Amino acid sequence: MSAIAPTVARPRITLSNLGAWFGVAPFFIFALMFLIAPTVYLLIGAFQNHDGGFTLDNLARLGQPSIRNSYLLSIEVSFTSALFGALFGLCLALAIVRGGLPGWLRPTLMTFSGVASNFAGVPLAFAFIATLGRMGFITVLLNNLGLDLYAAGFNIFTFTGLTLTYLYFQIPLMILVVTPALDGMKREWNEAASMLGASQAQYWRMVALPVLWPSILGASLLLFANAFGAIATAYALTGPSLNIVPILLYAQIRGDVLHDPNLGYALALGMLLITGLSNFAYIVLRARSERWLK
Amino acid sequence: MTFLNLAGVQKSYGANAVVRNFDLDVTRGEFVTFLGPSGCGKTTTLRMIAGFETPSAGEIRIEGRDITGLRANKRNIGMVFQAYALFPNMTVADNVGFGLKVAGRAAPEIKSRVDEMLEMIKLPHLRDRYPYQLSGGQQQRVSLARALAPSPQILLLDEPLSALDARIRVSLREEIRALQRKLGITTIFVTHDQEEALSMSDRIVVMNDGAIEQIGAPFEIYNLPRTRFVASFIGTLNVLDAAVIDPKSGTIDIEGNKVFAARGLENARAGETRAVALRPEAVRIGPGGEGRNTLEGVIEDVVFLGSVVRVRMRLKQNALLIDTFNDSAAPPPSRGQSAQVNFSRNDLIVLADR
Amino acid sequence: MKRSSPGAWLAIILGVTYFLAPLIATFEFSLRLKRGEYSFEAYRLVFESGNFQSSFLYSTTVALATIVIGVALAVPTAYWVQLRLPRLRGLVEFITLLPLVIPAIVLVFGYIRLYDSSSVLPLTGSAFGTNILLTLGYVGLAMPYMYRSVDTGLRAIDVRTLTEAAESQGANWPTILLKVILPNIRSAILSGAFLTFAIVIGEFTFASLLNRPAFGPYLQLIGASRAYEPAALAVMAFAITWACMGLIQLIGRGAPGAQDTR
Repeated sequence: MSAIAPTVARPRITLSNLGAWFGVAPFFIFALMFLIAPTVYLLIGAFQNHDGGFTLDNLARLGQPSIRNSYLLSIEVSFTSALFGALFGLCLALAIVRGGLPGWLRPTLMTFSGVASNFAGVPLAFAFIATLGRMGFITVLLNNLGLDLYAAGFNIFTFTGLTLTYLYFQIPLMILVVTPALDGMKREWNEAASMLGASQAQYWRMVALPVLWPSILGASLLLFANAFGAIATAYALTGPSLNIVPILLYAQIRGDVLHDPNLGYALALGMLLITGLSNFAYIVLRARSERWLK
Repeated sequence: MTFLNLAGVQKSYGANAVVRNFDLDVTRGEFVTFLGPSGCGKTTTLRMIAGFETPSAGEIRIEGRDITGLRANKRNIGMVFQAYALFPNMTVADNVGFGLKVAGRAAPEIKSRVDEMLEMIKLPHLRDRYPYQLSGGQQQRVSLARALAPSPQILLLDEPLSALDARIRVSLREEIRALQRKLGITTIFVTHDQEEALSMSDRIVVMNDGAIEQIGAPFEIYNLPRTRFVASFIGTLNVLDAAVIDPKSGTIDIEGNKVFAARGLENARAGETRAVALRPEAVRIGPGGEGRNTLEGVIEDVVFLGSVVRVRMRLKQNALLIDTFNDSAAPPPSRGQSAQVNFSRNDLIVLADR
Repeated sequence: MKRSSPGAWLAIILGVTYFLAPLIATFEFSLRLKRGEYSFEAYRLVFESGNFQSSFLYSTTVALATIVIGVALAVPTAYWVQLRLPRLRGLVEFITLLPLVIPAIVLVFGYIRLYDSSSVLPLTGSAFGTNILLTLGYVGLAMPYMYRSVDTGLRAIDVRTLTEAAESQGANWPTILLKVILPNIRSAILSGAFLTFAIVIGEFTFASLLNRPAFGPYLQLIGASRAYEPAALAVMAFAITWACMGLIQLIGRGAPGAQDTR
């Protein structure tokens, strides 16, 4: 072997890589201690009884009517806000990407979506109370035009009101997630389909929607998970009157309203399962759509 | 018999004229190439034939029928795009059969036609693959099969080879031409690559800045270019300035050398300047004999390219490029050497513009 | 050139109406404190309130600490993964996804249980310890955004060449990180910092359940007891979020390889 050319080895841990391992250690220690461990602790606790022994009892008691209703309610709120958020978000994203609108509109709307998707929580609740509460801006406006919302049965502090409020961050999130997928739709597909005799409707049915549905579905699942885990907005708007799972868990953490700490763990497990599965499905669908839309 | 006719076709976006007064007659089965630099209007014209753009003026006819206002999906024209544009959610077989499926053909009919097309492009083993699993060249061939499956009356290709590797480009263009000949389908091919245009076409339409510069067979375009643009766009060309001495005998003066042009000076007057063009391969090194033109100068550079030897000789102001074949018996001239070169009167191209 | 479709315009107009209405409504509502006239009285009351000042100050301090720790964790990690440990990339990205999957309320529940007075690390036993817990919790919440921002920033500069150039000049690792790498990803760090700030300043779940005097719980409290001040606060919160995002866009424009990764 020539003395001039040393072979370059690629070992896992070498003396020079040791520094790198030390460099990333704090991050992993942090993740372990403050992301993974607390979650695992809860997960384990969900399968334990008071004495620390293994039990499936907690999970069974998740089935009791009040808790089951809580989960159903959460699923309803999340599903509804995800459905409409996805629908309206998709329409807006389509308008932005393919609507032939003036050039300055897209960056403005995208920036706004970035802001609005982060504008959740307590201030959002206040904003909607100021808009659609009994003395709210729109309520009064509609009243003057002859439409009494509250007499008709509407109330901002209900399921409908909460879902409507959730849309304020769901729709922008949908726009942000789905726009890249729409960008990936090549104009040439539409043109090629035309040349082969397809009408616009046929193009959408046979090419565009099949290509887009993983992205749309994935994004909807993301919205679902997003709504399921949200609490601050609900707390400030409907509080304990709408007993979604995060509210229930909050009350349990605060004051052990369930008189059973391990049940709280089970609640958390249930939440995690649902958000975890939704996110997992989202990631799988996104990978699939990226393969087509590259 | 004229199959495709474009008459007075124009396209403007506001005040910007992108295609100006385009007239063309294409016979059935002909392979015509639109050739020109980016922005010359060739793709826009193609898209007007396809139906994606509406002409601002003029008419487009197929077999006498006016299709100018007809929607793209009703024209029965096949198109191949630069970016392949295969539908990613469908297999190769489904892609190729798409046009037939849209037309409502029966499944067995579609299947046999798809098999036929895949055999034609020699990719039957890929019928169940998805586009993302194919190479660029394979995708383009599938794209071709897809365009031809519904038996269109015209085939349009929009720079189909530009996105491919050089080697695949050459083999694919031969394949496209062979297929076109076999099927006898009238074809319009758009490219900016003059080698593709020359090697594939029955006729070439050279375009520049929205207008047609010249229409002709490859031999004609190459050897008898009408304008400076055409001459310089196709192949390497020497363009020299000459002073007209006697238009009747075709005598002109190039940097103090008296030479004769066989044609092109009919409308010239003594004392005018004209641009003349000379292909590098038309020039031979050595003193000319009877009837040949001679130029004198000094050898500036010699590049040995293997089978071709490229020599640059300086006249007074201009430099002349000369391409000669390698001759093992006669070594090329050396730099700094004085030399004479000769060429035939027929090879001197007098250009229409100055 | 595509003509714009009427359907698109309709969608945009409806969308803009839905999104602007609450903002206008809240602003209008916030001006109504003084009966019969529009005034900024609600804002004045808020600004002068001791609780507002202390809670805002508290949250800002926590946000700054979160940013510093977040950067200190994200930058070396992204750097080493890109430079030396590319095989860890998948794992690291998975970890940065965790805060997006695990709901905040579940996470803080875990904190309260794991680090209570009877555990190995009794952080909840003292105010200081709880503050640390809160900060670290926020570091986790902001990590997906901070890490992604820093990682993108590092990708845009040629980390390997910069490092080798600095090494050949005799610099050691701390110097390289601080003096060579950090200045070149300044805009990425600032973007991550503004995002972190926006997240922390309005955060409710962690602060409330850990009983910390932060801005989020203060907002909630005001909403329960007052009428017009909450609207003023909502307007301010929106303005802050908008300002943070706007600054991120502004910074991002001048950065090498600038692109909105969202």
